Parts: sequence; structure tokens; C-alpha cells
Amino acid sequence: MSALVTLDNVSVRYGRHMALQDVSGTFDAGSLTAVAGPNGAGKSTLLKVIAGAIKPTQGQVTVCKTCMRRTAYLPQTSAIQRDFPINVMQAVCTGFWPDTRGFGAITAAMKERAKTALEAVGLGGFEKRQINGLSGGEFQRMLFARLIVQDARVILLDEPFTAVDAATTARLIKIMLDWHREGRMIVCVLHDLLLIRKYFPESFVLSGKCLGRGHTHELFEQKLLSFDLDMAELLGPAGSRPLSHEHDHSHGHH
Amino acid sequence: MAIIELLIDPFVQYAFMKRALAACVILALGSAPLGVFMTLRRMTLLGDAMAHAILPGVAIAFLLTGLSVWPMAIGGLVTGIVMALMVAFLTRYTQLKEDAAFTLLYLLSLAGGVTLVSLKGNSVDLLHLLFGNILAIDAESLILITGASCLSLGVLAVLYRRLVIECFDPVFMESVARKSMWVRFVFFSLLMINLVAAFQALGTLLALGLMILPAIAARFWTRNIDMAMLLSILIAITASVIGLLTSYYGKMPAGAAIVMTAGILGIISALTGHYGSAVSYLFQSKKMD
Repeated sequence: MSALVTLDNVSVRYGRHMALQDVSGTFDAGSLTAVAGPNGAGKSTLLKVIAGAIKPTQGQVTVCKTCMRRTAYLPQTSAIQRDFPINVMQAVCTGFWPDTRGFGAITAAMKERAKTALEAVGLGGFEKRQINGLSGGEFQRMLFARLIVQDARVILLDEPFTAVDAATTARLIKIMLDWHREGRMIVCVLHDLLLIRKYFPESFVLSGKCLGRGHTHELFEQKLLSFDLDMAELLGPAGSRPLSHEHDHSHGHH
Repeated sequence: MAIIELLIDPFVQYAFMKRALAACVILALGSAPLGVFMTLRRMTLLGDAMAHAILPGVAIAFLLTGLSVWPMAIGGLVTGIVMALMVAFLTRYTQLKEDAAFTLLYLLSLAGGVTLVSLKGNSVDLLHLLFGNILAIDAESLILITGASCLSLGVLAVLYRRLVIECFDPVFMESVARKSMWVRFVFFSLLMINLVAAFQALGTLLALGLMILPAIAARFWTRNIDMAMLLSILIAITASVIGLLTSYYGKMPAGAAIVMTAGILGIISALTGHYGSAVSYLFQSKKMD
């Protein structure tokens, strides 16, 4: 498989704060990679650097030429104005922007594709709804519908499952696995280790620097990804219970 | 028919009323749709700060050439852009946040502008610059206003979808269209050009009146951006007509009467509008009970 994205000693500095330090690695076509690490580890920064939203302070990011315009990036939802006066259909159709010409007109065929995408995320019939009437989960599904119409080769997801319920998570994961099957490259930031272990063949563990990358099960064996690492330290040996991921997960596939 | 005559007569009989109405209508066409984007981008206070920021340039032009249209327009544009650059510098290289930086600079501009004007002018000149004189608008000012409106309508038409998407989700726009800084620059330039044009009619302190207030009112009546733009134009024109008539019969300053009418329409909309108004909230919460 060929590398679509190559990071070469990438560092990103915000003022005095070093968000990413000397991170290198490649992401292949068709790979499905989880990015894990504590808060402030530079996970979102890594995605932004790949998306081209910020430039590295040092080092180089190479994205294959044909993917440049075919990159979809889902930031954490807080970046979007939830009370913006447009409906679901219009919001999904913003995903066609790179394909539009001149004035950015949306064709009938595009609308049809948007409708299909909305049905795929379980929002069929929501086309005319204003986005401020959507619940958190519905909103996230709408954003996934937009990712679908973007038809991207490189898909970057920043904590897509954080603020959504278990049923929605299950649905979104199914869509993500469909993309994986279609050979798209996916990089996803998430905290849920159970989801990482179950669905992501590869992982990237960050803490400012890259602590490790490769097959997810190997990273678990090396304890770079571990369920009881932080909790054990906090609670001491007597109280070391597994994280509440078990609980989240049991609701995951109703 | 007497009432209709009362409403129409001033505009038929007096050339200055005709010119004032023309200036307001043309201004409304160009700047009210821009105002809708300002509200969507939550930039209304920034617009206000920029309106004050043009005063020093206007004042310098006044010192050099008197009350002439083009030098004042160019002076206003230049100081507006300098202010924006200074805000960008201060927010980037100091701990000042954007709101504080704008407040600092607009108060400085206002005070500086007033001081500059007082070096040569009298209080009538100062009133003219601060509040405009829409009843004394001349052909040159009308040309400037018309040019500004045509330009902003044209640019808004071409960039419409792009601006909407960028307001909705700026991060998305940046990720799909990598070089999007120029759009923001164009939008900002349109704002400045419209402010300089509106300044001719309403002065620095009220210049924003016909741009922002109708847009604020319109958003209470529709959830559709195109409709909000149309409606904001209609509201701006209505406010202009009512304001001009009020000033004519009530012997009030015209600019203030127009902006006050627009403000009252804004308050009425906020109280009784279809979407997000006080009445709609009350109605909704009753339904839930």
C-alpha cells in the first residue's frame, strides 16, 4: 500500500507551548488509524496539520497530490455555529463546495446524493429541518452525511463519538467501517480504548511526542495503550477498577 | 387622500428630500444585505468599532480640504484599514483580546478625530462629521453611495455561497479551500467601503444604523438567509421613509430619526417576530406546559 500522508519530523508550537514535537510517520491508503493520548497531547493538532488548517513550525507534511482536494476533516463540533439559520439539506450540501464551479450552485444530482447520504445516517426526512432543532446526536450524524458527500480519499475525524449516545456511536462506526471497506484512509482521534481495540487495526499514541505507532494489539501488549494505567495510579492497588468504558460499551450495540 | 399627500408631498416638493430618500434607498440596497452577514458572523460590535475608526482619517481630510467628499472617503478608508491592522497586531502580539483591542482603538480614534476637527472646524462641522447631514447630501456623495452599493451587491452575489459556508463553518471552509484568507479580506473591505459611504449620510456615530439594525430586525422574521437579506432592505427603506417624514414634520435631525425608526423596528421585531422573539418564546413555553 502506498503512503497518502507522510509526516517528517513535524513540530507545532503555539507561542511557547509545544503542541507536537518531532512527530514522524506515514498513513497508507486504506488504513484505519486511531489517534490516542491524554488531553493536550496534540491529537487535534496532528489532524489540523494533516488537514492543512495549520502549518508545522518545523518539519514537513506531505499529502499525495490527488488527495489534496479530496480531504475531509471533521473538527470537534464546537467550531460550528449551531444556531445558524440553514436547514439540514443545505448544511450537507456545503460538502460539495470543492466540486462546485463559479457561483457554487448545487445541482439536482448533488441534492439526490445528499438525500441518499442523509438516509445512510438515518436522517431521511430531515432535509427541511433547521439545524438548531437537531439534537447532539442528530447533528453529528448530519456532519457524517456531509463527510459522505465529500467523497474524500483522506478522512480526518476529531473525537467524532464524544458527545453522542451509544446508539448513534454504533451507527457512526458502521459508516466509518464502510469507508474503510471502500479503501478510504481514515485517521480518528478518540479516547474510548474499547472502541480503539475493537475497530481500529492501527493506532498512533501521542503525548506531545509520538510514543508509539503500529498495530493496535501490539500497542496494547506494549502497554502503550492500557485500560488501567491512569486509574491504577489514581486509586491505588485496592481501588483499581476498570474504566467505565465497559459500561459505555454495553450500550453500544443495542 | 390628505394623508397620502402628507406622506408623498415632501418628497415631491423638495429636492433635498428626494436626494435624502435616494441616498437612503441606495444605501439600504447595498449595506443591509451586508448587515445580515455581519449578524451571522457576530461582527456587529466590530462593525460599530470600525465605524468610529474612520473618524481620524476623515478629520485629517477635513483639515486639509474641508468638507469634500472624496478626500474624506479615502481618509476614512485608510484609517479604518490601519485600525484593523493595529487590532490584528495587538491581539496577536499582546495579551489583549479582540474586544478590548477594538475598544481601545475606537475610543482613541473617536477622541483623536474630535480633537483634530476642533483644530479648524466649529461645532457645526463636528456635528456634521459625527452625525452626518442627510438632508444636505449632494450629487458627489450620491455617486459615492451608489458606487459602494453597486460594488457590494455585485461582490455579495458572486461570493454569496462561499460567505454563507464560511460563516456557518469556517474551519470546514479552510480545510476544503485552503487559501480562504482573501475572502475575509474582501468582506472586510466591503464593510469599510459601505461605512465610508454611509458616513456621508449618517456620520461616523450612526453610519452603521442602516446596515445592522434592519438586519437584526429581519432575522426575527425569517430563517432563510436570502429572505433575511431582502427583508432587511425593505425594513431599511421603511425606516428611511418614516424617519425622513418624522424629521420633516417634527423638525428633528433626519439621520437620528431614521436610525431611531430602524431601532424601534428592531425592538418591535425582537418582541413580536416569528422566530426567537419574546412572544415566540412565551408561546413556546406555554405550549410545553
